[in-house]
Amino acid sequence: MAKQYETVIGLEVHVELATKTKIFCSCSTQFGGAPNTHTCPVCTGMPGSLPVLNKQVVEYALAIGLAMNCEITRVCKFDRKNYFYPDNPQNYQISQLYLPIARDGYVEIETKGVKKKVRIHEMHMEEDAGKLIHDEWDDTSIVDFNRSGVPLVEIVSEPDMRSAEEVLAYLEKLRVIIQYLGASDCKLQEGSMRADVNLSVRELGSEKFGTRTEMKNLNSFKAIARAIEGERQRQIELIEAGKPVVQETRRWDDNKEYSYAMRSKEDAKDYRYFPEPDLVPIVIDDAWVERIKARQPELRDEKLRRYQKEFGLSEYDAQIITASIYTAELFERAASLCGKPKKVANWLMVETLRLLKERGMEPEEIKFSPENLAKLVALTEAGTINSSVAKEVFEKMFTEDVEPESYVAEHGLKIVNDEGELNAVLEKVIADNPQAVSDYRGGKEKALGALVGQTMKAMKGKANPGLVNQKLKELLG
Amino acid sequence: MANRISDETIEYVGILAKLELSGEEKENARSDMEKMLDYIDTLNELDTTGVEPMSHVFPLNNVFREDVVVNGDGSKDALYNAPYVKDQGFKVPKTIG
Repeated sequence: MAKQYETVIGLEVHVELATKTKIFCSCSTQFGGAPNTHTCPVCTGMPGSLPVLNKQVVEYALAIGLAMNCEITRVCKFDRKNYFYPDNPQNYQISQLYLPIARDGYVEIETKGVKKKVRIHEMHMEEDAGKLIHDEWDDTSIVDFNRSGVPLVEIVSEPDMRSAEEVLAYLEKLRVIIQYLGASDCKLQEGSMRADVNLSVRELGSEKFGTRTEMKNLNSFKAIARAIEGERQRQIELIEAGKPVVQETRRWDDNKEYSYAMRSKEDAKDYRYFPEPDLVPIVIDDAWVERIKARQPELRDEKLRRYQKEFGLSEYDAQIITASIYTAELFERAASLCGKPKKVANWLMVETLRLLKERGMEPEEIKFSPENLAKLVALTEAGTINSSVAKEVFEKMFTEDVEPESYVAEHGLKIVNDEGELNAVLEKVIADNPQAVSDYRGGKEKALGALVGQTMKAMKGKANPGLVNQKLKELLG
Repeated sequence: MANRISDETIEYVGILAKLELSGEEKENARSDMEKMLDYIDTLNELDTTGVEPMSHVFPLNNVFREDVVVNGDGSKDALYNAPYVKDQGFKVPKTIG
Protein backbone atom coordinates (compact mmCIF):
# COMPACT_ATOMS: atom_id res chain seq x y z
CA MET A 1 0.00 0.00 0.00
CA ALA A 2 1.21 3.49 -0.86
CA LYS A 3 2.45 5.56 2.03
CA GLN A 4 0.10 8.17 3.44
CA TYR A 5 1.44 11.71 3.87
CA GLU A 6 0.37 14.62 5.99
CA THR A 7 0.94 18.23 4.91
CA VAL A 8 2.09 20.59 7.66
CA ILE A 9 1.59 24.29 6.94
CA GLY A 10 2.40 27.49 8.76
CA LEU A 11 1.78 30.95 7.37
CA GLU A 12 3.52 34.31 7.43
CA VAL A 13 0.96 36.92 6.54
CA HIS A 14 1.92 40.52 5.81
CA VAL A 15 -0.82 43.10 6.11
CA GLU A 16 -0.47 46.76 5.05
CA LEU A 17 -2.07 48.95 7.68
CA ALA A 18 -4.65 51.57 6.72
CA THR A 19 -2.75 54.55 8.11
CA LYS A 20 -2.67 57.80 6.18
CA THR A 21 1.10 58.13 6.58
CA LYS A 22 4.07 55.80 6.55
CA ILE A 23 5.38 54.09 9.66
CA PHE A 24 8.40 56.35 10.27
CA CYS A 25 7.73 59.52 8.26
CA SER A 26 4.87 61.83 7.26
CA CYS A 27 4.70 60.71 3.62
CA SER A 28 1.36 59.58 2.22
CA THR A 29 0.64 55.84 1.94
CA GLN A 30 -1.82 56.32 -0.89
CA PHE A 31 -1.69 53.57 -3.49
CA GLY A 32 -0.93 54.38 -7.10
CA GLY A 33 0.87 57.77 -7.03
CA ALA A 34 3.43 58.58 -9.75
CA PRO A 35 6.79 56.87 -8.96
CA ASN A 36 8.76 58.30 -6.02
CA THR A 37 6.32 61.16 -5.34
CA HIS A 38 5.53 59.87 -1.82
CA THR A 39 9.10 59.96 -0.59
CA CYS A 40 11.36 61.88 1.78
CA PRO A 41 14.86 61.43 3.21
CA VAL A 42 13.55 58.94 5.83
CA CYS A 43 11.85 56.46 3.48
CA THR A 44 14.61 56.66 0.88
CA GLY A 45 17.26 55.85 3.48
CA MET A 46 19.22 59.11 3.30
CA PRO A 47 22.06 59.30 5.83
CA GLY A 48 21.25 61.43 8.86
CA SER A 49 17.48 61.17 8.55
CA LEU A 50 15.58 60.23 11.68
CA PRO A 51 12.59 57.88 11.79
CA VAL A 52 9.74 58.74 14.19
CA LEU A 53 7.10 56.11 14.89
CA ASN A 54 3.50 56.69 13.76
CA LYS A 55 1.30 56.16 16.84
CA GLN A 56 -1.60 54.85 14.76
CA VAL A 57 0.55 51.88 13.67
CA VAL A 58 0.90 50.78 17.29
CA GLU A 59 -2.83 51.25 17.85
CA TYR A 60 -3.79 49.13 14.83
CA ALA A 61 -1.24 46.48 15.81
CA LEU A 62 -2.66 46.38 19.34
CA ALA A 63 -6.21 46.07 18.01
CA ILE A 64 -5.23 43.17 15.73
CA GLY A 65 -3.17 41.47 18.45
CA LEU A 66 -6.02 41.64 20.94
CA ALA A 67 -8.55 40.39 18.37
CA MET A 68 -6.27 37.38 17.78
CA ASN A 69 -6.19 36.66 21.54
CA CYS A 70 -2.49 37.49 21.82
CA GLU A 71 -0.36 38.47 24.78
CA ILE A 72 0.73 42.06 24.35
CA THR A 73 4.46 42.69 24.87
CA ARG A 74 4.45 45.55 27.35
CA VAL A 75 7.93 46.76 26.51
CA CYS A 76 8.66 46.28 22.85
CA LYS A 77 11.19 47.72 20.46
CA PHE A 78 12.40 47.69 16.89
CA ASP A 79 15.40 45.92 15.39
CA ARG A 80 17.36 46.33 12.18
CA LYS A 81 17.27 43.46 9.73
CA ASN A 82 20.23 43.87 7.41
CA TYR A 83 20.14 42.75 3.80
CA PHE A 84 21.00 44.18 0.42
CA TYR A 85 18.36 44.52 -2.23
CA PRO A 86 17.47 47.41 -4.56
CA ASP A 87 13.96 47.81 -3.12
CA ASN A 88 15.46 48.42 0.34
CA PRO A 89 17.09 51.87 0.33
CA GLN A 90 18.64 51.74 3.81
CA ASN A 91 20.18 48.30 3.31
CA TYR A 92 18.20 47.30 6.38
CA GLN A 93 14.54 46.93 7.19
CA ILE A 94 13.25 48.24 10.50
CA SER A 95 11.37 45.30 11.98
CA GLN A 96 10.88 43.55 15.33
CA LEU A 97 12.73 40.35 16.13
CA TYR A 98 13.40 40.11 19.84
CA LEU A 99 10.33 41.80 21.30
CA PRO A 100 7.42 41.67 18.82
CA ILE A 101 4.33 43.58 19.91
CA ALA A 102 2.08 40.51 20.25
CA ARG A 103 2.64 36.83 20.96
CA ASP A 104 0.94 33.51 21.74
CA GLY A 105 -2.55 34.02 20.38
CA TYR A 106 -4.98 32.00 18.31
CA VAL A 107 -7.88 32.31 15.93
CA GLU A 108 -10.62 29.77 15.47
CA ILE A 109 -11.36 28.44 12.01
CA GLU A 110 -14.06 26.11 10.71
CA THR A 111 -13.74 23.71 7.79
CA LYS A 112 -16.45 21.20 6.84
CA GLY A 113 -18.23 21.91 10.13
CA VAL A 114 -15.14 21.12 12.23
CA LYS A 115 -13.78 23.87 14.46
CA LYS A 116 -10.08 24.22 15.08
CA LYS A 117 -7.71 26.69 16.69
CA VAL A 118 -4.76 27.97 14.69
CA ARG A 119 -2.18 29.34 17.09
CA ILE A 120 -0.46 32.65 16.43
CA HIS A 121 3.24 32.47 17.24
CA GLU A 122 3.80 36.20 17.08
CA MET A 123 2.93 39.41 15.29
CA HIS A 124 5.36 42.25 14.69
CA MET A 125 5.40 45.71 13.14
CA GLU A 126 7.73 46.57 10.27
CA GLU A 127 8.17 48.73 7.20
CA ASP A 128 7.38 47.68 3.65
CA ALA A 129 9.99 47.79 0.89
CA GLY A 130 9.82 49.74 -2.36
CA LYS A 131 8.53 48.30 -5.58
CA LEU A 132 10.58 46.95 -8.47
CA ILE A 133 9.09 47.32 -11.91
CA HIS A 134 10.82 45.14 -14.46
CA ASP A 135 11.62 46.68 -17.77
CA GLU A 136 11.67 43.94 -20.38
CA TRP A 137 13.05 46.25 -23.10
CA ASP A 138 16.42 47.20 -21.71
CA ASP A 139 16.71 44.40 -19.16
CA THR A 140 16.69 46.68 -16.13
CA SER A 141 14.47 47.26 -13.12
CA ILE A 142 12.93 50.55 -12.10
CA VAL A 143 12.67 51.26 -8.36
CA ASP A 144 9.72 53.16 -6.94
CA PHE A 145 9.97 54.00 -3.22
CA ASN A 146 6.34 55.11 -2.75
CA ARG A 147 5.67 51.86 -0.87
CA SER A 148 8.94 52.06 1.08
CA GLY A 149 8.01 52.65 4.71
CA VAL A 150 4.35 51.76 4.42
CA PRO A 151 3.47 50.12 7.76
CA LEU A 152 3.02 46.37 7.89
CA VAL A 153 2.23 43.83 10.50
CA GLU A 154 3.54 40.34 9.93
CA ILE A 155 1.44 37.61 11.53
CA VAL A 156 3.30 34.35 12.02
CA SER A 157 1.21 31.26 12.73
CA GLU A 158 2.32 28.02 14.31
CA PRO A 159 2.51 25.08 11.85
CA ASP A 160 -1.07 24.11 12.73
CA MET A 161 -2.70 23.79 9.32
CA ARG A 162 -2.98 20.51 7.43
CA SER A 163 -4.73 21.34 4.16
CA ALA A 164 -5.37 24.09 1.64
CA GLU A 165 -8.93 24.42 2.98
CA GLU A 166 -7.62 25.14 6.47
CA VAL A 167 -5.17 27.69 5.08
CA LEU A 168 -7.91 29.49 3.16
CA ALA A 169 -10.22 29.44 6.20
CA TYR A 170 -7.41 30.92 8.30
CA LEU A 171 -6.67 33.68 5.78
CA GLU A 172 -10.35 34.47 5.43
CA LYS A 173 -10.62 34.66 9.23
CA LEU A 174 -7.68 37.07 9.47
CA ARG A 175 -9.02 39.15 6.61
CA VAL A 176 -12.47 39.48 8.18
CA ILE A 177 -11.05 40.34 11.62
CA ILE A 178 -8.72 42.99 10.21
CA GLN A 179 -11.36 44.48 7.91
CA TYR A 180 -13.82 44.69 10.80
CA LEU A 181 -11.17 46.52 12.82
CA GLY A 182 -10.68 48.91 9.91
CA ALA A 183 -6.94 48.22 10.19
CA SER A 184 -6.49 47.26 6.52
CA ASP A 185 -8.52 46.57 3.41
CA CYS A 186 -6.65 43.25 3.03
CA LYS A 187 -6.67 43.02 -0.77
CA LEU A 188 -4.58 40.12 -1.97
CA GLN A 189 -4.56 41.31 -5.56
CA GLU A 190 -3.26 44.76 -4.66
CA GLY A 191 -0.80 43.31 -2.19
CA SER A 192 -2.23 44.87 0.96
CA MET A 193 -2.41 41.29 2.28
CA ARG A 194 0.34 38.86 1.29
CA ALA A 195 0.87 35.30 2.41
CA ASP A 196 4.05 33.22 2.44
CA VAL A 197 3.39 29.52 2.88
CA ASN A 198 5.78 27.34 4.88
CA LEU A 199 5.10 23.75 3.96
CA SER A 200 6.53 20.35 4.77
CA VAL A 201 5.23 16.81 4.44
CA ARG A 202 5.69 13.86 6.74
CA GLU A 203 4.44 10.32 6.87
CA LEU A 204 1.05 10.14 8.54
CA GLY A 205 1.48 9.41 12.23
CA SER A 206 5.06 10.69 12.37
CA GLU A 207 5.84 13.13 15.17
CA LYS A 208 8.82 14.74 13.50
CA PHE A 209 8.37 17.57 11.02
CA GLY A 210 9.84 17.20 7.54
CA THR A 211 12.10 19.83 5.95
CA ARG A 212 10.04 22.87 5.01
CA THR A 213 10.15 25.22 2.09
CA GLU A 214 8.76 28.72 1.96
CA MET A 215 6.69 29.81 -1.02
CA LYS A 216 6.27 33.41 -2.07
CA ASN A 217 4.41 35.30 -4.80
CA LEU A 218 0.95 34.04 -3.90
CA ASN A 219 -1.52 36.76 -4.76
CA SER A 220 -4.91 35.11 -4.81
CA PHE A 221 -6.75 32.53 -2.74
CA LYS A 222 -6.81 30.26 -5.80
CA ALA A 223 -3.06 30.59 -6.32
CA ILE A 224 -2.48 29.69 -2.66
CA ALA A 225 -4.60 26.54 -2.96
CA ARG A 226 -2.84 25.48 -6.18
CA ALA A 227 0.62 26.25 -4.77
CA ILE A 228 -0.06 24.12 -1.69
CA GLU A 229 -1.16 21.17 -3.82
CA GLY A 230 1.80 21.60 -6.21
CA GLU A 231 4.41 21.88 -3.46
CA ARG A 232 2.96 18.94 -1.53
CA GLN A 233 3.25 16.77 -4.65
CA ARG A 234 6.78 17.98 -5.38
CA GLN A 235 7.98 17.16 -1.86
CA ILE A 236 6.28 13.73 -1.82
CA GLU A 237 7.91 12.85 -5.15
CA LEU A 238 11.34 13.81 -3.76
CA ILE A 239 10.80 11.72 -0.63
CA GLU A 240 9.53 8.71 -2.60
CA ALA A 241 12.59 8.94 -4.85
CA GLY A 242 14.82 8.96 -1.77
CA LYS A 243 15.99 12.53 -2.42
CA PRO A 244 16.24 15.21 0.24
CA VAL A 245 13.88 18.21 0.44
CA VAL A 246 16.09 21.31 0.55
CA GLN A 247 15.17 24.12 2.93
CA GLU A 248 14.75 27.07 0.58
CA THR A 249 12.55 29.91 -0.57
CA ARG A 250 10.58 29.15 -3.71
CA ARG A 251 8.66 31.39 -6.02
CA TRP A 252 5.27 30.11 -7.20
CA ASP A 253 4.48 30.61 -10.88
CA ASP A 254 0.71 30.40 -11.06
CA ASN A 255 0.68 30.20 -14.87
CA LYS A 256 3.02 27.24 -15.00
CA GLU A 257 1.60 25.82 -11.72
CA TYR A 258 5.10 25.12 -10.48
CA SER A 259 7.41 26.66 -7.91
CA TYR A 260 11.02 27.60 -8.61
CA ALA A 261 13.90 27.80 -6.14
CA MET A 262 14.75 31.47 -5.43
CA ARG A 263 17.50 31.24 -2.86
CA SER A 264 18.54 29.07 0.02
CA LYS A 265 16.64 30.16 3.07
CA GLU A 266 18.59 32.53 5.27
CA ASP A 267 18.72 32.06 8.99
CA ALA A 268 17.99 34.90 11.37
CA LYS A 269 21.73 35.26 12.05
CA ASP A 270 22.39 36.02 8.38
CA TYR A 271 20.42 39.24 8.82
CA ARG A 272 22.67 40.52 11.62
CA TYR A 273 19.71 41.82 13.60
CA PHE A 274 20.48 44.44 16.22
CA PRO A 275 18.38 46.91 18.23
CA GLU A 276 17.34 49.94 16.16
CA PRO A 277 19.26 52.83 17.72
CA ASP A 278 17.14 55.57 16.11
CA LEU A 279 13.91 54.51 17.81
CA VAL A 280 13.18 54.44 21.51
CA PRO A 281 11.32 51.54 23.17
CA ILE A 282 7.53 51.43 23.27
CA VAL A 283 5.99 50.94 26.68
CA ILE A 284 2.38 49.78 26.60
CA ASP A 285 0.66 50.15 29.96
CA ASP A 286 -2.68 48.67 31.13
CA ALA A 287 -4.49 51.92 30.48
CA TRP A 288 -3.45 51.89 26.83
CA VAL A 289 -4.52 48.26 26.37
CA GLU A 290 -7.85 49.01 28.07
CA ARG A 291 -8.43 52.00 25.83
CA ILE A 292 -7.91 49.84 22.73
CA LYS A 293 -10.16 47.11 24.15
CA ALA A 294 -12.92 49.60 24.87
CA ARG A 295 -12.66 50.92 21.33
CA GLN A 296 -12.75 47.50 19.59
CA PRO A 297 -15.73 47.40 17.24
CA GLU A 298 -18.20 44.55 17.25
CA LEU A 299 -16.43 41.68 15.47
CA ARG A 300 -18.00 39.17 13.13
CA ASP A 301 -18.81 36.43 15.64
CA GLU A 302 -20.73 38.91 17.81
CA LYS A 303 -22.55 40.36 14.82
CA LEU A 304 -23.46 36.84 13.72
CA ARG A 305 -25.20 36.18 17.02
CA ARG A 306 -26.84 39.59 17.21
CA TYR A 307 -28.30 39.46 13.68
CA GLN A 308 -30.08 36.22 14.51
CA LYS A 309 -31.40 37.54 17.81
CA GLU A 310 -32.17 41.13 16.92
CA PHE A 311 -33.23 40.84 13.28
CA GLY A 312 -34.49 37.26 13.21
CA LEU A 313 -32.10 36.22 10.41
CA SER A 314 -31.25 32.54 10.01
CA GLU A 315 -27.70 31.50 10.89
CA TYR A 316 -27.02 30.90 7.20
CA ASP A 317 -28.24 34.36 6.20
CA ALA A 318 -26.30 36.02 9.01
CA GLN A 319 -23.15 34.15 7.90
CA ILE A 320 -23.42 35.51 4.38
CA ILE A 321 -24.20 39.08 5.41
CA THR A 322 -21.36 39.24 7.96
CA ALA A 323 -18.77 37.61 5.66
CA SER A 324 -17.70 41.14 4.78
CA ILE A 325 -17.80 44.25 6.95
CA TYR A 326 -19.03 46.15 3.91
CA THR A 327 -22.21 44.07 3.48
CA ALA A 328 -22.73 43.99 7.26
CA GLU A 329 -22.61 47.79 7.48
CA LEU A 330 -24.89 48.21 4.47
CA PHE A 331 -27.32 45.77 6.01
CA GLU A 332 -27.48 47.44 9.41
CA ARG A 333 -27.88 50.90 8.02
CA ALA A 334 -30.52 49.98 5.42
CA ALA A 335 -32.44 47.76 7.86
CA SER A 336 -32.66 50.50 10.46
CA LEU A 337 -33.81 53.00 7.82
CA CYS A 338 -36.65 50.89 6.38
CA GLY A 339 -37.37 48.59 9.32
CA LYS A 340 -37.46 45.49 7.08
CA PRO A 341 -34.26 43.57 7.89
CA LYS A 342 -35.27 40.37 6.12
CA LYS A 343 -36.08 42.17 2.86
CA VAL A 344 -32.77 44.03 3.04
CA ALA A 345 -30.95 40.77 3.74
CA ASN A 346 -32.58 39.23 0.68
CA TRP A 347 -31.39 41.96 -1.64
CA LEU A 348 -27.87 41.60 -0.29
CA MET A 349 -27.76 37.83 -0.41
CA VAL A 350 -29.42 37.18 -3.76
CA GLU A 351 -29.13 40.07 -6.21
CA THR A 352 -26.07 41.74 -4.73
CA LEU A 353 -24.02 38.55 -4.55
CA ARG A 354 -25.17 37.53 -8.03
CA LEU A 355 -24.06 40.85 -9.53
CA LEU A 356 -20.78 40.89 -7.58
CA LYS A 357 -19.96 37.45 -8.89
CA GLU A 358 -21.07 38.22 -12.42
CA ARG A 359 -18.87 41.33 -12.54
CA GLY A 360 -15.94 39.89 -10.60
CA MET A 361 -16.25 42.54 -7.86
CA GLU A 362 -15.52 42.51 -4.14
CA PRO A 363 -18.09 43.69 -1.56
CA GLU A 364 -16.02 46.83 -0.85
CA GLU A 365 -16.64 47.94 -4.43
CA ILE A 366 -20.42 48.12 -3.91
CA LYS A 367 -21.59 51.56 -5.06
CA PHE A 368 -25.20 51.86 -3.89
CA SER A 369 -25.93 53.59 -0.61
CA PRO A 370 -27.87 52.02 2.27
CA GLU A 371 -30.35 54.92 1.92
CA ASN A 372 -31.20 53.90 -1.64
CA LEU A 373 -31.51 50.24 -0.75
CA ALA A 374 -33.91 51.18 2.06
CA LYS A 375 -35.97 53.27 -0.38
CA LEU A 376 -36.16 50.40 -2.84
CA VAL A 377 -37.42 48.08 -0.12
CA ALA A 378 -40.00 50.69 0.89
CA LEU A 379 -41.19 51.05 -2.72
CA THR A 380 -41.76 47.31 -3.09
CA GLU A 381 -43.34 46.99 0.34
CA ALA A 382 -45.81 49.80 -0.45
CA GLY A 383 -46.76 48.07 -3.68
CA THR A 384 -45.57 51.02 -5.75
CA ILE A 385 -43.45 48.75 -7.98
CA ASN A 386 -43.66 45.02 -8.57
CA SER A 387 -40.82 42.60 -8.05
CA SER A 388 -39.59 42.43 -11.63
CA VAL A 389 -39.41 46.22 -11.84
CA ALA A 390 -37.67 46.24 -8.45
CA LYS A 391 -34.96 43.96 -9.88
CA GLU A 392 -34.51 46.27 -12.83
CA VAL A 393 -34.21 49.29 -10.53
CA PHE A 394 -31.82 47.42 -8.27
CA GLU A 395 -29.52 46.60 -11.16
CA LYS A 396 -29.45 50.31 -12.05
CA MET A 397 -28.70 51.13 -8.42
CA PHE A 398 -25.93 48.56 -8.34
CA THR A 399 -24.31 50.02 -11.45
CA GLU A 400 -24.87 53.75 -10.94
CA ASP A 401 -26.34 54.18 -7.44
CA VAL A 402 -29.47 55.79 -8.92
CA GLU A 403 -32.00 57.14 -6.45
CA PRO A 404 -34.86 54.62 -6.79
CA GLU A 405 -37.82 56.97 -6.16
CA SER A 406 -36.90 59.44 -8.86
CA TYR A 407 -35.73 56.67 -11.21
CA VAL A 408 -39.11 54.94 -10.93
CA ALA A 409 -40.95 58.24 -11.45
CA GLU A 410 -38.82 59.31 -14.44
CA HIS A 411 -39.14 55.99 -16.21
CA GLY A 412 -42.85 55.52 -15.43
CA LEU A 413 -42.28 52.22 -13.66
CA LYS A 414 -45.02 52.50 -11.07
CA ILE A 415 -47.63 49.78 -10.99
CA VAL A 416 -50.65 50.94 -12.97
CA ASN A 417 -53.63 50.89 -10.68
CA ASP A 418 -55.79 52.75 -13.15
CA GLU A 419 -58.60 50.25 -13.73
CA GLY A 420 -59.73 51.89 -16.96
CA GLU A 421 -56.33 51.37 -18.63
CA LEU A 422 -56.04 47.84 -17.29
CA ASN A 423 -59.56 46.90 -18.40
CA ALA A 424 -58.89 48.10 -21.92
CA VAL A 425 -55.74 45.97 -22.13
CA LEU A 426 -57.53 42.95 -20.67
CA GLU A 427 -60.30 43.17 -23.20
CA LYS A 428 -57.79 43.34 -26.02
CA VAL A 429 -55.82 40.36 -24.67
CA ILE A 430 -59.01 38.30 -24.41
CA ALA A 431 -60.04 39.24 -27.92
CA ASP A 432 -56.57 38.45 -29.36
CA ASN A 433 -56.21 35.04 -27.69
CA PRO A 434 -59.39 33.05 -28.37
CA GLN A 435 -57.57 29.70 -28.10
CA ALA A 436 -56.26 30.36 -24.58
CA VAL A 437 -59.66 31.71 -23.54
CA SER A 438 -61.47 28.64 -24.68
CA ASP A 439 -58.84 26.37 -23.14
CA TYR A 440 -59.31 28.09 -19.80
CA ARG A 441 -63.05 27.94 -20.03
CA GLY A 442 -62.74 24.26 -20.94
CA GLY A 443 -61.03 23.69 -17.59
CA LYS A 444 -57.31 24.20 -18.41
CA GLU A 445 -56.21 26.33 -15.46
CA LYS A 446 -52.75 26.75 -16.99
CA ALA A 447 -54.13 28.73 -19.91
CA LEU A 448 -54.77 31.61 -17.53
CA GLY A 449 -51.02 31.99 -17.00
CA ALA A 450 -50.50 32.71 -20.69
CA LEU A 451 -53.15 35.40 -20.57
CA VAL A 452 -51.60 36.99 -17.46
CA GLY A 453 -48.26 36.96 -19.26
CA GLN A 454 -49.73 38.64 -22.35
CA THR A 455 -51.34 41.30 -20.19
CA MET A 456 -48.14 42.02 -18.24
CA LYS A 457 -46.26 42.30 -21.52
CA ALA A 458 -48.81 44.73 -22.93
CA MET A 459 -48.54 46.77 -19.71
CA LYS A 460 -44.68 46.71 -19.94
CA GLY A 461 -44.45 44.91 -16.61
CA LYS A 462 -46.08 47.70 -14.67
CA ALA A 463 -49.32 45.94 -13.74
CA ASN A 464 -49.88 44.18 -10.49
CA PRO A 465 -49.86 40.47 -11.44
CA GLY A 466 -52.20 39.55 -8.56
CA LEU A 467 -54.74 42.06 -9.72
CA VAL A 468 -54.44 40.95 -13.36
CA ASN A 469 -55.03 37.38 -12.30
CA GLN A 470 -58.11 38.29 -10.30
CA LYS A 471 -59.56 40.52 -13.04
CA LEU A 472 -59.07 37.88 -15.73
CA LYS A 473 -60.86 35.29 -13.61
CA GLU A 474 -63.75 37.68 -13.14
CA LEU A 475 -63.96 38.50 -16.83
CA LEU A 476 -63.73 34.87 -17.97
CA GLY A 477 -65.66 33.32 -15.14
CA MET B 1 45.21 31.63 18.59
CA ALA B 2 43.64 29.12 16.25
CA ASN B 3 41.84 29.92 13.03
CA ARG B 4 38.28 30.47 14.15
CA ILE B 5 36.91 31.82 10.88
CA SER B 6 36.82 29.14 8.20
CA ASP B 7 37.23 29.74 4.46
CA GLU B 8 33.54 28.85 4.05
CA THR B 9 32.52 31.54 6.53
CA ILE B 10 34.53 34.18 4.71
CA GLU B 11 32.95 33.12 1.40
CA TYR B 12 29.46 33.14 2.91
CA VAL B 13 29.79 36.53 4.61
CA GLY B 14 31.08 37.85 1.31
CA ILE B 15 27.96 36.59 -0.46
CA LEU B 16 25.66 38.14 2.16
CA ALA B 17 27.51 41.46 1.91
CA LYS B 18 27.49 41.26 -1.90
CA LEU B 19 31.29 41.73 -1.96
CA GLU B 20 33.83 40.09 -4.22
CA LEU B 21 37.07 39.86 -2.26
CA SER B 22 40.59 39.12 -3.47
CA GLY B 23 42.71 36.57 -1.61
CA GLU B 24 44.48 39.31 0.32
CA GLU B 25 41.26 41.08 1.21
CA LYS B 26 39.86 37.80 2.47
CA GLU B 27 42.83 37.32 4.76
CA ASN B 28 42.50 40.86 6.11
CA ALA B 29 38.79 40.31 6.70
CA ARG B 30 39.53 37.04 8.49
CA SER B 31 42.02 38.72 10.78
CA ASP B 32 39.57 41.57 11.54
CA MET B 33 36.76 39.18 12.32
CA GLU B 34 38.95 37.14 14.60
CA LYS B 35 39.90 40.29 16.51
CA MET B 36 36.19 41.03 16.91
CA LEU B 37 35.56 37.55 18.28
CA ASP B 38 38.42 38.01 20.74
CA TYR B 39 36.82 41.23 21.90
CA ILE B 40 33.46 39.45 22.35
CA ASP B 41 35.29 36.80 24.40
CA THR B 42 36.55 39.55 26.69
CA LEU B 43 33.04 40.94 27.05
CA ASN B 44 31.75 37.44 27.80
CA GLU B 45 34.00 37.31 30.86
CA LEU B 46 31.69 39.83 32.55
CA ASP B 47 28.91 38.47 34.71
CA THR B 48 25.72 40.10 33.39
CA THR B 49 23.25 38.06 35.41
CA GLY B 50 20.21 40.17 36.22
CA VAL B 51 21.24 43.03 33.95
CA GLU B 52 18.48 44.13 31.59
CA PRO B 53 19.76 44.30 27.99
CA MET B 54 19.95 47.93 26.94
CA SER B 55 18.65 48.87 23.53
CA HIS B 56 18.89 52.62 23.81
CA VAL B 57 21.16 55.05 25.61
CA PHE B 58 18.52 57.67 26.47
CA PRO B 59 16.00 57.02 29.23
CA LEU B 60 13.16 57.77 26.86
CA ASN B 61 10.24 55.82 25.50
CA ASN B 62 7.03 56.31 23.52
CA VAL B 63 8.13 59.00 21.12
CA PHE B 64 5.41 59.13 18.48
CA ARG B 65 4.08 61.14 15.58
CA GLU B 66 0.43 61.69 14.80
CA ASP B 67 -0.85 60.11 11.59
CA VAL B 68 -1.04 63.29 9.52
CA VAL B 69 0.37 63.72 6.00
CA VAL B 70 2.88 66.58 6.03
CA ASN B 71 5.28 65.70 3.24
CA GLY B 72 4.50 66.57 -0.36
CA ASP B 73 6.02 65.36 -3.61
CA GLY B 74 9.60 64.44 -2.78
CA SER B 75 10.51 62.87 -6.11
CA LYS B 76 12.80 65.65 -7.30
CA ASP B 77 15.04 65.50 -4.23
CA ALA B 78 14.88 61.73 -4.07
CA LEU B 79 16.08 61.31 -7.65
CA TYR B 80 18.57 64.22 -7.59
CA ASN B 81 21.65 62.06 -7.09
CA ALA B 82 20.44 58.95 -8.86
CA PRO B 83 23.05 57.74 -11.41
CA TYR B 84 20.34 56.45 -13.77
CA VAL B 85 16.70 57.51 -13.91
CA LYS B 86 13.93 56.12 -16.07
CA ASP B 87 10.20 56.89 -15.88
CA GLN B 88 10.75 58.83 -12.65
CA GLY B 89 12.27 55.72 -11.05
CA PHE B 90 15.79 54.62 -10.10
CA LYS B 91 17.12 52.46 -12.90
CA VAL B 92 19.05 49.46 -11.56
CA PRO B 93 20.34 46.17 -12.99
CA LYS B 94 17.50 43.71 -13.53
CA THR B 95 16.45 42.22 -10.21
CA ILE B 96 13.67 39.71 -9.69
CA GLY B 97 12.43 39.20 -6.18
